[in-house]
Amino acid sequence: MLAKRIIPCLDVTDGRVVKGINFLELRDAGDPVEIAKRYDEQGADELTFLDITASSDNRGLILHIIEQVASQVFIPLTVGGGVREVEDVRRLLNAGADKVSINTTAVLNPQMVADAASRFGSQCIVVAIDAKKVDNQPFEWEVFTHGGRKATGLDAVKWAKYMASLGAGELLVTSMDRDGTKIGFNNPLNRAISEAVDVPIIASGGVGNLQHLVDGVKIGGADAVLAASIFHYGEYTVKQAKAYMAQHGIEVRL
Amino acid sequence: MKKIDIAVVDYGMGNLRSVSKALEHVAPTKTVLVTSNPHEIARADRIVFPGQGAMPDCMHELDARDLRQSVLSAAKNKPFLGICIGLQMLFEHSEEGDSAGLGVFKGNVQRFAAADMKDGNGDKLKVPHMGWNQVYQTHQHQANGNQTHALWRDIDDGARFYYVHSYYVKPDDDGLTAGFSEYPNRFTSAIAKDNLFAVQFHPEKSASAGLQMLCNFVNWTP
Repeated sequence: MLAKRIIPCLDVTDGRVVKGINFLELRDAGDPVEIAKRYDEQGADELTFLDITASSDNRGLILHIIEQVASQVFIPLTVGGGVREVEDVRRLLNAGADKVSINTTAVLNPQMVADAASRFGSQCIVVAIDAKKVDNQPFEWEVFTHGGRKATGLDAVKWAKYMASLGAGELLVTSMDRDGTKIGFNNPLNRAISEAVDVPIIASGGVGNLQHLVDGVKIGGADAVLAASIFHYGEYTVKQAKAYMAQHGIEVRL
Repeated sequence: MKKIDIAVVDYGMGNLRSVSKALEHVAPTKTVLVTSNPHEIARADRIVFPGQGAMPDCMHELDARDLRQSVLSAAKNKPFLGICIGLQMLFEHSEEGDSAGLGVFKGNVQRFAAADMKDGNGDKLKVPHMGWNQVYQTHQHQANGNQTHALWRDIDDGARFYYVHSYYVKPDDDGLTAGFSEYPNRFTSAIAKDNLFAVQFHPEKSASAGLQMLCNFVNWTP
């Protein structure tokens, strides 16, 4: 049977992987190529790179990193962050990315998702949805953009269906209220989206231990689980995470 | 003229960098060329025929670049590896956009049927079929008896490969099947005949098992 995937996420800025500490201080965590190789050796099923470079001057660095990683690591690579137009997608794919993740632009210009999917195929278009639980709307979870700062008025579940209908091949669902909390994924949100769409969903935001990964699959219905800090800080290896999931009856690639 | 060991056929659909990088990784001394030039395809010793996106678009782009004959003639006699849509295009017809394929093999390309997409626990199975699934190798009739294909050498039966697709091939001739996977029903995920081998999964993205397959292809003498 198809395995559930574990995807380590690397935040990259100015050509280096960084770790955020309580969202304030960014600490250098090392060379992206070395870190990517380490996760690959541990059995990561895919890797996601999130370009958090603020200045546009240094945005080209991510292309160079992806080129280097893609010539040494032979598992799927997803790149997100600052993808604004179809041309950005083309550049990232040419550098060796297999999938490109689109977030804020999908909200500002949904047609761009449709255009990118029809030009490059749905298999390489991931739409990232940042959602937050709200009580001022007729729905439960609202889509936010700009790193969770801007409310959109969009119902996250309806938005997920719309994005899949435009050609997104996969959805990366991040719970903004869970991100960084280490209390586990927002499983009701993930379950609601997973049941609403036919495409795979990646759960993100809130992982603090290995049981959270199991719950993300079993309770949240995620097809893949994404985590950053539990792997970066060396609390757990990807291999340990997979062994734990396998012990709990989840199909993984060992 | 410089020798071309492996030509990766480029007809403008998708990312061929992964395929060429993986080939260079397993065969550092070989010349790997990503090309849409019919003369270079004709000169190359081996052909890799990849494909991403939708099959009707792939067929259209292939013809727009006048590459149909080059691919068909390479498929007749050179070691030839089809990947993903590069497998599907070898068949007569696809349900995707009701499009005709190259017709090298008899059979259809079908979509995973919505009604079947439940796992053993009754949970929904997603389409596209995306991720790592087991590939079971089949014994095919060969001159020296029934055995698994040379491209499976040093790869465990049931090893996982990376997939991303919504359609799969259904050959008329079961004997073509060199490997299969289950999602949830069994489907053909590798075919082989003479100089041709083609797979639905992505060996270039399948870590060590995939690299081993590409290495086997580079060293294969059909």
